[in-house]
Amino acid sequence: MGKVEKLTTGTTGGPVFVYVQDGRIVRITPMEFDDSDAPSWVIEARGRKFSPPRKTTLSPYSFAWRSMVYSPKRLLYPLKRVDFDPDGERNCTKRGESGYERISWDEATNIVTNEIKRIKREYGPAAILSTASSHHLWGHLGYRHSTYFRFMNLIGFTYADHNPDSWEGWHWGGMHQWGFSHRLGIPEQYDLLEDALKHAEMIVFWSSDPETTHGIYSAFESTCRRQWLKGLGVKMVFIDPFYNHTAGMYADKWFAPRPDTGNAMACAIAFVWITEDSYDKTYIETRTVGFDKFKDYILGKEDGIPKTPEWAEEESTIPAREIKALAREWASKKTMLAAGGLGGWGGACRSATGTDWARLMISLAAMQGLGKPGSNIWGTTQGAPHNSDFLFPGYTEGGMSGDVDNSAAGFRFVYRMHKQPTRSNINAPMGQHIPRLKIPECILDGKFEWRGKGFCGQSIEAQFHKYKYPADGYPEIQMYYRYGGSFIGTMNETNRYVKAYRTERLPFAVNQSIWFEGEAKFADIILPACTNFERWDISEFAGCHGYIPDNTSQVNHRVITLQKKCIEPLGESKSDYEIFTFLAKKLGFSEVYTEGGLSELDWVRRYFDATDLPKYISWDEFFKKGYFVVPIPEEYKATPALRWFAEDRKRDTPDWGPHPECQEEFGKGLQTTSGLIEFESSSLKKFDPEDEERPLIPKYIPSWEGHHTTRLYTKYPLQLISPHPRFSFHTMGDAKESWINEIKDHRVLKEDGYYYWIIRINSKDAKERGIKENDLVKVFNDRGAVICAAQVTERVPPGTVHSYESSADYDPMGKPGESTDRNGCINLLTPSRYITKNSCGQAPNSCLVQIEKWKGESRK
Amino acid sequence: MKKWNLVIDVAKCHDCNNCFLSCKDEYVGNDFPPFSVAQPNHGHRWMNIMRKERGQYPKVDVAYLPIPCMHCDDAPCIKKSKDGAVYKRDDGIVIIDPEKAKGQKDILATCPYGAIWWNEEKAVPQKCTLCAHLLDEGWKEPRCVQACPTGALRVIYAEDFEMQKIIESENLEVYQPQYKTRPRVYYKNLYRYATCFIAGSVAIRDTDECAEGATVSLIKGSKKTIAEAVTNNYGDFKFDGFDEDGGAYSLDISYKDRPKKIIELELKTSVNVGTILL
Repeated sequence: MGKVEKLTTGTTGGPVFVYVQDGRIVRITPMEFDDSDAPSWVIEARGRKFSPPRKTTLSPYSFAWRSMVYSPKRLLYPLKRVDFDPDGERNCTKRGESGYERISWDEATNIVTNEIKRIKREYGPAAILSTASSHHLWGHLGYRHSTYFRFMNLIGFTYADHNPDSWEGWHWGGMHQWGFSHRLGIPEQYDLLEDALKHAEMIVFWSSDPETTHGIYSAFESTCRRQWLKGLGVKMVFIDPFYNHTAGMYADKWFAPRPDTGNAMACAIAFVWITEDSYDKTYIETRTVGFDKFKDYILGKEDGIPKTPEWAEEESTIPAREIKALAREWASKKTMLAAGGLGGWGGACRSATGTDWARLMISLAAMQGLGKPGSNIWGTTQGAPHNSDFLFPGYTEGGMSGDVDNSAAGFRFVYRMHKQPTRSNINAPMGQHIPRLKIPECILDGKFEWRGKGFCGQSIEAQFHKYKYPADGYPEIQMYYRYGGSFIGTMNETNRYVKAYRTERLPFAVNQSIWFEGEAKFADIILPACTNFERWDISEFAGCHGYIPDNTSQVNHRVITLQKKCIEPLGESKSDYEIFTFLAKKLGFSEVYTEGGLSELDWVRRYFDATDLPKYISWDEFFKKGYFVVPIPEEYKATPALRWFAEDRKRDTPDWGPHPECQEEFGKGLQTTSGLIEFESSSLKKFDPEDEERPLIPKYIPSWEGHHTTRLYTKYPLQLISPHPRFSFHTMGDAKESWINEIKDHRVLKEDGYYYWIIRINSKDAKERGIKENDLVKVFNDRGAVICAAQVTERVPPGTVHSYESSADYDPMGKPGESTDRNGCINLLTPSRYITKNSCGQAPNSCLVQIEKWKGESRK
Repeated sequence: MKKWNLVIDVAKCHDCNNCFLSCKDEYVGNDFPPFSVAQPNHGHRWMNIMRKERGQYPKVDVAYLPIPCMHCDDAPCIKKSKDGAVYKRDDGIVIIDPEKAKGQKDILATCPYGAIWWNEEKAVPQKCTLCAHLLDEGWKEPRCVQACPTGALRVIYAEDFEMQKIIESENLEVYQPQYKTRPRVYYKNLYRYATCFIAGSVAIRDTDECAEGATVSLIKGSKKTIAEAVTNNYGDFKFDGFDEDGGAYSLDISYKDRPKKIIELELKTSVNVGTILL
């Protein structure tokens, strides 16, 4: 046995030490710092000192990486669908059924590049559709904004724009109340940890489960902070239809409103504050506009219905007296509103009532003096002391693509990194687009119209811009180059996606994937990619930025990691960069793609040089040690988020926006026309004042798929919520024979040897249906059916059921796209309808289903 | 002689499974002679996390109990194994010798905690070694403790008399003491898993307000008041830490000048008595 080497890499769930012996990974651990690493910050508050542990935490899925790297589901060779012949019968409608044969890289790349050339020659490059899954394996050069965009920009393609799935209600609603388009409608969070430790008396977690979702990418870094706050006696109240895992640790009180009715509760809280005169009137007068209209609505002067706690009880099932008690406690205590896990976000924003929910959260926070000490919207995950002056770009900042249109490269990074940045003229506002949620309609129907191109961060008005497919003068899609394969598990009403593959209207489908799962099983050619343990890269712990500037304030220490190539790629798999270079060679532009032959390690070195790292550490030292902890300046001074706004000063936080063009005076005020928080939205007024689905002031509008949709509710009486999963990161970590499957609360192993997805159902609903713990059940509605294992629980109220989204694999029991799924793709059931006709985001948490005991035969 | 002890705080565990997964990462596919041969890819739970949900909607809580090998000082597996296949190291760690234990499937049944697993392929019984191979190399803690992000797991390397002081000052308990195996794994806040609660709310009927400040007395059997609680601003009260199937209890509720109310109950398992209207 050879010597064990201790290497470094970064994962989506945190940086790690990787122990390698004889070319094999033997161990993966979190990082423990030594004395040469920068000191940790210390916050002094209420007579105590708070400082984080001298190590990193790690998300569950990152501990399971060894089982995924060496998974039997790894794609080790290029594959071709057996009945696909590019020069003869293509048998497109057989996708998902025909089976595969091994071919060489040369054959595979010949087929792919010949198709690219043919389609460009016959239709033009916009007939090539491509999109990536949301979350690539960690590494700022390997990320989709970098390696992938660089290649795709050079061949030309129509991009399926991603809807702002994590932001939805904040993006389509909140933005119209307070701007923050550069954060897609969610607020800055600077230094709110210190503010909370010093001043907060209560935290209301509303649709927020940071122990599960970790803000984003930041493992359990904020866990110690919630423990400190709890230790200080800060009261913690949870509003969530599911008794979530953060509630399990800290809840002093739990409210479980019926899904999609939290807005009624929010209106009633405002009612109590208005009628009992317990809101911050000076703040409302000086820092907001349009409150009178909102007040009239709440008091019933507009529609004759006072939004009383008794009225809200009817809608939400929460007793009126408890809503009153909550409103009074909230008004009497300095309260942080953790609306969503990041400060913003939250499953409630992905529902039919999501735009109004986000606006009501801002409204409530404003009524209690948002920005004043201890009173803010703060998710408890960001806002640790943070050196924002140290430049290490996030993965969103384009890496090797230098694409200033479709990544955040243009903010600050492209000029330090590139000789030859790339851009696309098709994936540009004036080019052709497809919205990711409507890929099936675009392929199958050949036409679609919508508003807003993906993440509309440029301006508030960008989301009003109307698009159509095909764009004038552009071709219809002839080829789909899919990078990853998660959508059957992650998008909505996803039998549509399966059907979109099984049609002659899509002559060619390629999938570049690590594992044989999900959509990969529907491609004509599969190109096997390797994991980030098998290639060079560089990254920072949770380093995202872009639309979440300075989100590295989530972690307790900014850790920048050299992602060493720990092992050789398995089988014939290749890194994405190598695959694209191979294709580029056959297309005649590999010199351009590789900027004259740069290797992946060369790019890593160039990235290093373009950051602030060389000011602190030499390349040789960094290469040897493998990581660097960014120091906090000795004279660090906290500048709490939005304090400047509350006090009507110039902004003193290091936030990246708003753009000066939308400010009366540079650096002062919000992005709204008035510069203030707008209860009555001026941007909506200018766009469409008659839009009843998205009114000028936030309201409670009953869900389009909920307890008031009587016909459907009679047939499907259970309201399904499907939040982000706990143990996997979307599909990363699930299925593929990963150890994650064995976690008791992730999947259930049944007698037939199959690991079933879990659905959580209240004991009363289970009893009515004769369902016991771990019974197999069929969850269904008109959109499809999924077999799950039942977990009988009190963590959801009667009438609500809970199942995480993001099954990695899809296993239809009959014809693909038309039969029951056994692998737990709960998103087969969720609606594909937009939140409102002009809010083009998804609403999976508005979903009615029925559940019955599964009587089907055992598998095999 | 210093020895290893593991302390698990039930109140700090939220089932993240980092302990379970880091254990798999350490042992699946990796042999650490002479302490262990590789754990199979699937099926074993050397750290077995149990879940206990208590109460009824909306008065619920949930607790998790991670169960590893208890490294008992009076371990039945040591006594009943053949050829000294299971032994205790001087530092307190119990090891199953994978060579000597080959074929000895009977060892599984000796453990009252169910902490021993059978490796079908290699025909050996297996369990947690507290990462003895790492501790011997100088690691300060086993993988599960390193991986725990909430501080729920902690190892203590101490003389037994020092450990005894910690047990007393922190109110630590062993799980299932009736097995009398003298475990070296201790639990804090074990009541969250092993006992039950009585909870409810008090409200005022005519005004439909939560009754804050109501006094609730818990009476065991016929007369004896064993605990008293004052309702919070939601009218909520909770008594915790009772044995399941604990017999008859009653709640005596008084609020200002309202007539008292008495609720009788037979305690089987955690119970939400609902909203008591005065």
